Order: sequence, then C-alpha cells, then structure tokens
Amino acid sequence: MSTPYAKLPAWADYGLIPLINLSVAFIVAGFVVMLVGENPFRAAVILVEGAFGKGTGIAFTLFYATTFIFTGLSVAVAAHCGLFNIGTEGQAYIAGLGIAIVCLSFDSTLPWWLTFPLAIVASALVGALWALIPAYLQAKRGSHIVITTIMFNFIAASIMVYLLVGPLKPAGSQAPQTRNFLAGAELPKLNWIIELFGAKIRSAPLNICFLLALAMAFLVWLLIWRTRLGYEMRTYGHSPKAARYAGISETRIIITAMMISGALAGMMALNPVMGDQHNVAIDFVSGAGFVGIAVALMGRLHPVGIVLAAILFGMLYQGGAELAFEMPAISRDMIVIIQGLVILFAGALEHMFRPYIQALFASFSPKSVGMQAVNGKGA
Amino acid sequence: MAQAAIELTGINKSFGAVRANRDINLEIARGTIHGIVGENGAGKSTLMSILYGFYQADSGEIRVGGKPASIKTPNDAIALGIGMVHQHFMLVDNFSVLENIILGAETDALLKSSIAKARSELDRLEREYGLEVDPDAIIEELPVGLQQRVEILKALYRGAEILILDEPTGVLTPAEADHLFRILRQLKEQGKTVVLITHKLREIMAITDTVSVMRQGTMVATRETRKTTVEELAELMVGRRVLLRVEKGDAEAGAVKLAVKNLTVRDSRGVTMVDDVSFDLRAGEIVGIAGVAGNGQSELLEAISGIRHAVSGSVMLEGKPIDLTGKADPGELRDRGLAHVPEDRHHVGLVLAFEENENSILGYHDDPRYLRGPFLNIDAIMADAKDKIEKYDIRPGNPRLKTANFSGGNQQKIVLAREIEQDPGVLIVGQPTRGVDVGAIEFIHKRLIAMRDQGKAVLVVSVELDEIRSLSDRILVMFAGRIVGERGPEATEGELGLLMAGVEHQEAAQ
Ligand SMILES: Nc1ncnc2c1ncn2[C@@H]1O[C@H](COP(=O)(O)OP(=O)(O)OP(=O)(O)O)[C@@H](O)[C@H]1O
Ligand SMILES: [Mg+2]
Repeated sequence: MSTPYAKLPAWADYGLIPLINLSVAFIVAGFVVMLVGENPFRAAVILVEGAFGKGTGIAFTLFYATTFIFTGLSVAVAAHCGLFNIGTEGQAYIAGLGIAIVCLSFDSTLPWWLTFPLAIVASALVGALWALIPAYLQAKRGSHIVITTIMFNFIAASIMVYLLVGPLKPAGSQAPQTRNFLAGAELPKLNWIIELFGAKIRSAPLNICFLLALAMAFLVWLLIWRTRLGYEMRTYGHSPKAARYAGISETRIIITAMMISGALAGMMALNPVMGDQHNVAIDFVSGAGFVGIAVALMGRLHPVGIVLAAILFGMLYQGGAELAFEMPAISRDMIVIIQGLVILFAGALEHMFRPYIQALFASFSPKSVGMQAVNGKGA
Repeated sequence: MAQAAIELTGINKSFGAVRANRDINLEIARGTIHGIVGENGAGKSTLMSILYGFYQADSGEIRVGGKPASIKTPNDAIALGIGMVHQHFMLVDNFSVLENIILGAETDALLKSSIAKARSELDRLEREYGLEVDPDAIIEELPVGLQQRVEILKALYRGAEILILDEPTGVLTPAEADHLFRILRQLKEQGKTVVLITHKLREIMAITDTVSVMRQGTMVATRETRKTTVEELAELMVGRRVLLRVEKGDAEAGAVKLAVKNLTVRDSRGVTMVDDVSFDLRAGEIVGIAGVAGNGQSELLEAISGIRHAVSGSVMLEGKPIDLTGKADPGELRDRGLAHVPEDRHHVGLVLAFEENENSILGYHDDPRYLRGPFLNIDAIMADAKDKIEKYDIRPGNPRLKTANFSGGNQQKIVLAREIEQDPGVLIVGQPTRGVDVGAIEFIHKRLIAMRDQGKAVLVVSVELDEIRSLSDRILVMFAGRIVGERGPEATEGELGLLMAGVEHQEAAQ
C-alpha cells in the first residue's frame, strides 16, 4: 500500500495547499495582533506595503530572500539524501571566516570581480569542510547527524566569537568585528534593476548575490533531478537498503551530500558580509540557517518552491521591520511570533489540512484525484 | 443462502485515467471463505482497500451485515469488525512483535499494562492457531515469512469478524500455507468470514467455498469452488488459455559460472544462518533452492550478491573471487555479469517513491548508456523504460507513474525486466513470481528458461515448490542453513517436502 490518500492535482498540491496554510498562519497572527490592541488589517497592509510597496522595500525583501534561498537550498540538498542538516547556521557562520581571509587579504589589491570568485570558493569550501566532520561521523561512526550538526553550530559560534574579539579585531577597536573591507571586496548593488521599473530606491543592500542564489537554485535542480549524483542521493534518501543493493556507497553519498549542503550554507555568508556590512561581525547569520529549514519544507524541497518561500520570508522580515516601526505596540518580538506562526503552519504542519482537502476533492470530483496515466491500457 | 456478511453494489474507483474498479457487485455469505482471483492490476487490492477504508469508492454502496456502511477510514472498518492482512506488510521495522501487535490497540494509558495483557492474549492466539513468533523479536530481524505471521496475529488480536487477506501465502511454503489454512478453517467454523486474494489457484481450490474472478477492473465471474477448475479460472482471469507449467527441454550444462564453497553466514545476532554451503552453478542450467522461508536462503543470496558479510568460505564468479567481507561493490559485480533480483522488492529492489523509469536503471545508473557525462540521459532512460514496458507488458504502461502505484505483480516485472535485459552471465533470483498472476508467471518462467537456453546460469530461490520443480534442472534443498539434499527435477513434492522439513537430515544425523 502506498499512500492511504490518493494524490491531488499538481495545482492544488503546489498552489492551493500552501495558500491555505499561509492564510491560516495569517489569521492566527491577526488574532495575536488584535490581542495587543492593534488593527490586524492595518497591520497586514503595513506589512505588505513595507515589503513590496516601495522600491526600497522590494530591494530589502529580495536581499533577505537571497540569504534564505542559500540556506533553504542547503537544507533541501541534504534532505534529498535523507539527512537532516541542522548545521546550516554554523556552516554559514564559520564560512564568514573564509570570506574574511579572502577579503582582508585582497581587498586592497584586486577588483571586486576577482575577489568575489575567490570568496565564493572560500565560503563554499569552509562551509563544506564544516559539514564534512559531522558527515564523516555519521557515515563511519553512526553518530546522528542532527546531534552532531547542532553541536557544530555551538563550536562554530565559539570559534567565531574568539576570533572576532581577538585575532580578527583591529587593534584599538571596541566592536567585535573585522575591519571594514575596502572597495575591492564590495559587491555591486542590484538596485538599478528595480529602478528600471520606475521605483525609487534610497539605499538598500540588494546585491549581486541574489543572482548567484538564483543560479544556485537552478544548479541544485540540475543536480537533484538531472545528474547521476542526484539520482544516487535520492535513492539513498528514500531507501538506504536499495542504495546498498544498487552499489551506491553509503559513506561516499553521505559525505558528498553534506559537503554540497555545507557549501551552499557557506555561500549564504557572501550576501550579508560582502554585499551589505562589508565586514564580518559577530552573529551575522542571526538565525537564517534555521529559517532555511522552514523555507526548504515550505518549498517542498524543490528549488522553485524554495525561491518562492524565501521571498515570502524575506517579505516577513522586511515588512515586519516596517510594522514594528509603524505600530509601536507591535514589538520586534511580535514579528518573530508572526514568523514563527508561518513556520508552524507552512512548514511543520504542512500536512495538517491535506487530508481534508483531499477528501473535499474526492467528494467533488473523484476523477481529479489520482495519478495521470498516459494511456488507459492498464486495467 | 446464509445472510451476507458483505455486499458491494456498483462500486467504481478510478485513479486518473486508470479505472481500477468498474461497477463491481459482490456478495459474500457469512461464515464462508471467499476467494478473489485476477491478473496483476485487475483491481483486487483496490476493491479490498475500499472495503477497509483506505480508499473511498467514487460511487457504489457497501453493506456490512445487511446494514449500509460508510467506511471512511480503516478505523471505521475495524469498528465494523473488518480486519485486513495487507499484501505489503505494514509493520514498524524497529519495534518488537508485541509492540507492533498492540500498536493502535493499546487499552490503557500505561503501555506496560497493555503489554502485559497483550502478551497473555498473544500467547493464547499463538497456541490456539499455532502461529509461533517470539513476541520480543524485532521485526526487521525477522525473515519475511515470520513478519507475515505477525500481520495475521495483528488482525486476529483486534478481533476481526471479517478477515481480508491480500495474498497472505505469497511468502509461505505449502506447509506453512496449509497451516494458515487450518487457521482460516477454524475461523470459519467460529462463524467468521474470510476473503482471500491469491494468485495460487490451487489454494483457491483447496480452501474457498466460492470464488470471484476480476479482469481489468470488472468482476467477470463468480463460481462455487466445487463446480469449477483451475483451468477455467485461469482462462477467466487472463482471457486466454494459460500454460500452467512451461515446457522446457533438457539442460546442456556447461562450464562452472558460480562456485560456492564452504560458505558460512551469521546474522547480526551471531546466529549461523548459512552453514558450510557448497554448490556449483553452471552455464546453461537453472538451479533451484527450495526450503521453508527463513532457512538461510535470503542470507545466502545476499552473501553471493556481495551485500552481506560471510564469516568464511568463498564464492567464485567466472573463476574470480567475490569479496565476502560485506563491502563488495554490487556495481562491480554487475559489471562482471552478476545480476540479482532481490526477494524484497519493496525495500531493496525498488525505490517505491521513484518514477517507473528511474527504477528501471537502479543499479545500472552508472552505465554510460544512461548517462551524458555526469548527467542522466533522460531520453535514453525513457526510451529504455518504454521498451521494457512493452516487452514485459508492464501495466499501466506509463514510465512516469510512481512505482508505488503499480500493482505488486507489475512491480516485480519492473525488477525482472531491469535485471534480465542487462543480459547478465549469471542471474540470481529470489522469489521470482511472488505475488505474480498466472499469466505473468508463465511469461517470467519462459524468460528464465530462455536465459538458460542462451547458456546463462540461473539460480532461483523460491518457497514455491511448484515453481522450483517446474523451473529447475537441479534442486537443492536448504534446511537450517545447510544444503540437505540435491534432487533432479523429477523429485516428488512429498520427497522434497520431507527434506525441507529436515526429516531425512535428522535421521541421517542419528
Ligand atoms: N494510488 C494509485 N494511484 C494510481 N493508480 C493506482 C493506485 N493504486 C492502484 N492503481 C492502479 O489501479 C490498478 C489496480 O491495482 P490493484 O493494486 O488493485 O491491482 P491488484 O489486482 O491488486 O494487482 P496485484 O495482483 O498485482 O496485486 C492498477 O492498474 C494500478 O496500477
Ligand atoms: Mg494487489
């Protein structure tokens, strides 16, 4: 027996269900807003306008989305191989170190378009190596990857704190961060794209990493569904026994998948570090790795879904900031609650409404529920 | 006529363009054993899943015990006294037998008292029906044969009045099946109703009172078992005459292809499963390994195919040794011409979540034919999959369909097509026709014999004595991990049965 419930048509699966989940999240969030004595409809308008109303808002939304695309892809790649990488946060954080080394070494000598590729390689490499150890422990020692990656988040955080208050901090500075990068390590902004559409932008951090993220989404799609390696990862992810039978080495596939996942996580660091702050500061990842889990789940582990989910979360971040600014009763923490509700309904409870919708579909139009068979030859 | 336990009227169910059930009418009398037969994909499991609340019919009516019933979930079915033993086991692999049996039927808030109660109840059931299983064994460590018993116990534990069994004997030997049938008869005497889906027409003849035949989603006939024959049923199912035993000429055995010497294999708990086994497999012959499930056949196959560690002994493939440390690369063995159809197609031989075409390259996915550099050559894979679908009459003929949505027999054809079409020198097959309909059995047997006639070496492990006897040129019987006898194809069922039960072996030892 496969699934107790027949399949939904694709448009319902990928459109209707996420929409319902989201609506419920917003309705519940609306009650929370009411509870603190604000008008939920006005709050919603502020949120959406803040995210998409003005050019600057859009640029910020896409800037945050860039970060979440990387972390979402990272989680998804591991998940396709049956691995739950909770270490995206730490892998991104420690990758900041690789970027810092490249930028601090070359920012005075090389132009950005030479520093950038070096930094991409460095961030991916450091992220991948940080994922390698938990992967190795899982493959060879059977230590559960969820536990080890969580521990590695702590280790990464400790190392970064040590480095940023010590060796990497310029002498005499009070701030726990590296010195600011020079022009040779500043990435070009993409605001002009939005301005093409006539919107005005004051200053916003949207930068070329957004295009890199989209390129990575495409590459991940290629990897998972079009390459032999992706095929092997999916085989192992669905059935380790079948993978064994098919001659797929468990050690190799776990390590490879985790390193790719770690590399994607590491590349996330490029966006805030080189595209926005122009330094490596303490806690610059600030939870984006964990948001990546929600983004990956909500995007159903598919790059297109992940890009869309990342934009949604970008909107929540940007619109949420506006909301906290416009409505004093709604604090920063309230925004976090609203984000949490979206994660809860769209990510964790993804399947909550599914059976009901399926039952509904089945009663309206039984034929619409089920797989498409190309020719009706089968009995 | 006795009062009907179940009445189905005008049941329809479609999956997209596939009409799995069309306008089915069926009435099953209380206290009888009713058989349902039909080709793979005829819609038998679908019909029973509707009765058990897994699917809902698009239209039609169900009556249970004369009253209209609305069965929306398996819980509704259980409440109406309907129990089901599934074609594919629904057990939690890392739970114990006892835990699986009480799962969902816990009576108390505290697990401990539920377990204690269940233990004594289980003890009673086991004694009453002779279904012995160690209640503390972990499911994944049990051979499929015993997992089956757990499924049966599970349904009985829930006190089913109507018991549906979907191919329950697929993994049992005739002796074990007889045992099951004794249980079923006992149930019938207590007034319970049994619905039995099986591909084995012999079983239908032996135990059922009435039998219905399905074909391509419709109910084509219902007969009183006394008044029909195996031939008639086979013809009704397939719509043509079927060869129940495939003709084959004498083997012309050639050079040794696979030499197994003093092979010993232990399982994860250190129990010896294969004990000092030696035999040769030659080009141009089919060697059959008969035995009751759980006597080491599975472990033997796994060791030979390089996925299980052997403690001692050697296996030579075309004169070169196979790595028996359990770390052998099955890919390399495939390159050396060894193909393996595993017994457990759901967890090993197939990835059920994959599309059919993706499964048609499993294990051969690094063959340059299916690749373009590091990329999968989707066009080549699809063309290849369509080709196999055509050749092996896999239905529905859609390579994009998820493998889980194919019926059991068609899934088996997917695996067989993949392995046979690679044209290996040595083919080892575990349970080649488990869950496969008579028409397809005929087809698969013909294929295996054709391979033999092309000078390939074929090793078949099956718990079906009929199958072993009609396919094999030589029969080896396994009991308690040892090969306890070798016979020719003319060996009688009784003779083999005794060997399989270890009778001769024990006498010899005394
Ligand atoms: N969930 C599903 N989605 C799409 N098609 C399905 C699904 N379940 C079954 N089918 C199709 O419905 C038809 C009937 O399948 P079913 O499993 O009832 O056959 P069956 O008679 O039990 O066959 P077998 O003897 O091989 O077990 C098949 O063509 C099968 O591919
Ligand atoms: Mg079936």
